[in-house]
Amino acid sequence: MPNRGWMTFVVGLGSALALGWVAFPRLQYRTIEQPLQFSHKVHTSEAVGMTCEDCHSLGDDGRFTGLPSMATCEPCHTEPQGQTAEEKRFVDEYVAKGREIEWLVYARQPENVYFSHAPHVGLAGIACARCHGPHGGTDRLRPYQENRLSSYSRDIWGPSPTRLRRAEWQGMKMTDCSSCHDAHGVRQSCLTCHK
Amino acid sequence: MESAETTRARFAMVIDLDRCNGCGACATACAVENNVPPARPSANERTGLTWQRVYRASNGRQFPENRSVYFPVSCQQCEHPPCVSVCPQNAVDVSPETGVVSQIPVRCLGCRYCMTACPYHARYFNWFDPKWPDGMETTLNPDVSVRMRGVVEKCNFCHSRWQAAKAKAAAAGKRDLDPADYVPACVEACPEKAIVFGNLDDPRSGVAKSAKSANAFRLLEKLGTEPKVFYRSDRAWVRRLADADVAVQEKEATRG
Ligand code: HEC
Ligand code: HEC
Ligand code: HEC
Ligand code: HEC
Ligand code: HEC
Repeated sequence: MPNRGWMTFVVGLGSALALGWVAFPRLQYRTIEQPLQFSHKVHTSEAVGMTCEDCHSLGDDGRFTGLPSMATCEPCHTEPQGQTAEEKRFVDEYVAKGREIEWLVYARQPENVYFSHAPHVGLAGIACARCHGPHGGTDRLRPYQENRLSSYSRDIWGPSPTRLRRAEWQGMKMTDCSSCHDAHGVRQSCLTCHK
Repeated sequence: MESAETTRARFAMVIDLDRCNGCGACATACAVENNVPPARPSANERTGLTWQRVYRASNGRQFPENRSVYFPVSCQQCEHPPCVSVCPQNAVDVSPETGVVSQIPVRCLGCRYCMTACPYHARYFNWFDPKWPDGMETTLNPDVSVRMRGVVEKCNFCHSRWQAAKAKAAAAGKRDLDPADYVPACVEACPEKAIVFGNLDDPRSGVAKSAKSANAFRLLEKLGTEPKVFYRSDRAWVRRLADADVAVQEKEATRG
């Protein structure tokens, strides 16, 4: 029966594709919760009135301060500002004990990559959202996903396993860096971005 | 052969052999800057790692006419590097920005063709994963990635310092940088100030003047590699060594 062979082929192909495109990407990543929930929306709201630079700024030496340390939070949070359980936990477990929070950085590049905010933010004036999406306005932290094989953040590849139909900030692989550089006429060689 | 145009600078150094006393401070500073691990007790000629190595050579005479000279040898940053074309991985490249020969360890597959091709023995292979004495790993330089076993590494004129200097200028809204902000570790460490570093394309720079001076020379010039590391000495017998292979002379490995 030629039909039977044909059907076996289709079913086989279908399940192989499902395995490759659906099951594998799920298995590939380990999900880890952030140590604390943090709301950018609350802190940059009119009520609190902080700006991005209050917590993330570019130093004179060209280094980006990255994530704020406890010293930035303490002036306001020695006492809870509101009623939320998360804030109470924050005050009790971190502020009172003087412990730093070990945030998981979604955008973290592999150790061999050299990236500096100075040329991008300082010289080229690129908006944070071009590379980080709407993170600066979010109310909750999404879970961090780590590639089980490489231990890199999922954001390097981006959420879509096929990388089709993604927003321009989703995914920051080598080609994503260099295609923007090409578009801006930035001369680059391996040593530009590797260390 | 014409040298390729570079967009920012053409970095070079001139090492004054009449000043060098062979102390090895350059090699040590280099290892600390670039996270080169201390040699294992079993390390030998073949398995040790040094991006900057100090060779001793002599004039071959008996006492009292015997004289020595020390040659600090790192990657010579050739204009026509033999290591580039042999790399099957595209892991070796000449920066169109600075003329520095790059080596991207993450891209390297460890075939070591480049080491065979390099006439200066300036490339080293990681036979083992790096190991630091307890506590020393906390002093690693975060601007230089640590290499794993199975890849080749070499000097890149302290490229992380160039990146840092560019970032500093960018934060001030500039693209041109102050030459004082970019000095490789070996140049900085030399107590004799024997190494001059700078932009060869800038005729006013110390390095451009010194490289053109009468007693300046390069190693194995006959090969046409056009190194951007120059040496100079007022002693004729030292200059004659440039075309011998200093590595087969009596040597002293000053390992970092
Ligand atoms: C109160 C201090 C504070 C302010 C103000 C603030 N941030 Fe943050 N930001 C943080 C903290 C804490 C984190 C780490 C937790 C997280 O990932 O959100 C963070 C993380 C980030 C990250 C994520 C990096 C990553 O990939 O994990 C981005 C992007 C960011 N902030 C952008 C912004 C922007 C844009 C603004 C201004 C609209 C802003 N932030 C204002 C404290 C602040
Ligand atoms: C300028 C003062 C100020 C600073 C600085 C500040 N916060 Fe807040 N924070 C607030 C206020 C006000 C609230 C809102 C409390 C409410 O209404 O629930 C808040 C709320 C919070 C909450 C609870 C919100 C939630 O999502 O449940 C957390 C957690 C928190 N902040 C963490 C931090 C951290 C971490 C830092 C340092 C990077 C920081 N804050 C710096 C003023 C500040
Ligand atoms: C051109 C793309 C780009 C732009 C524009 C950009 N970032 Fe980033 N950002 C990155 C990358 C890539 C990383 C990861 C760097 C790394 O791991 O070395 C990062 C990391 C961060 C981190 C984590 C830093 C750390 O070291 O822990 C914060 C916070 C951050 N960015 C905030 C911002 C803010 C705020 C702005 C706007 C002022 C901004 N970024 C603009 C690409 C960008
Ligand atoms: C949205 C576009 C964009 C993206 C994405 C981007 N860059 Fe850039 N990058 C630029 C522009 C524009 C410049 C040039 C800045 C200038 O000199 O005006 C630049 C400059 C640089 C420089 C300095 C180059 C020099 O000549 O000094 C480095 C290093 C760099 N980018 C690394 C990266 C890395 C690594 C990534 C990916 C993680 C990345 N960039 C992603 C736009 C981008
Ligand atoms: C525009 C910046 C940029 C340039 C130029 C660049 N890279 Fe990359 N490279 C990256 C980034 C960002 C990553 C990490 C993200 C990824 O895996 O794509 C990376 C990753 C890699 C990796 C994979 C390493 C790993 O840990 O998985 C290799 C190998 C590599 N690059 C080699 C090269 C070589 C060789 C060149 C020169 C021909 C080069 N790169 C030029 C930005 C760059």
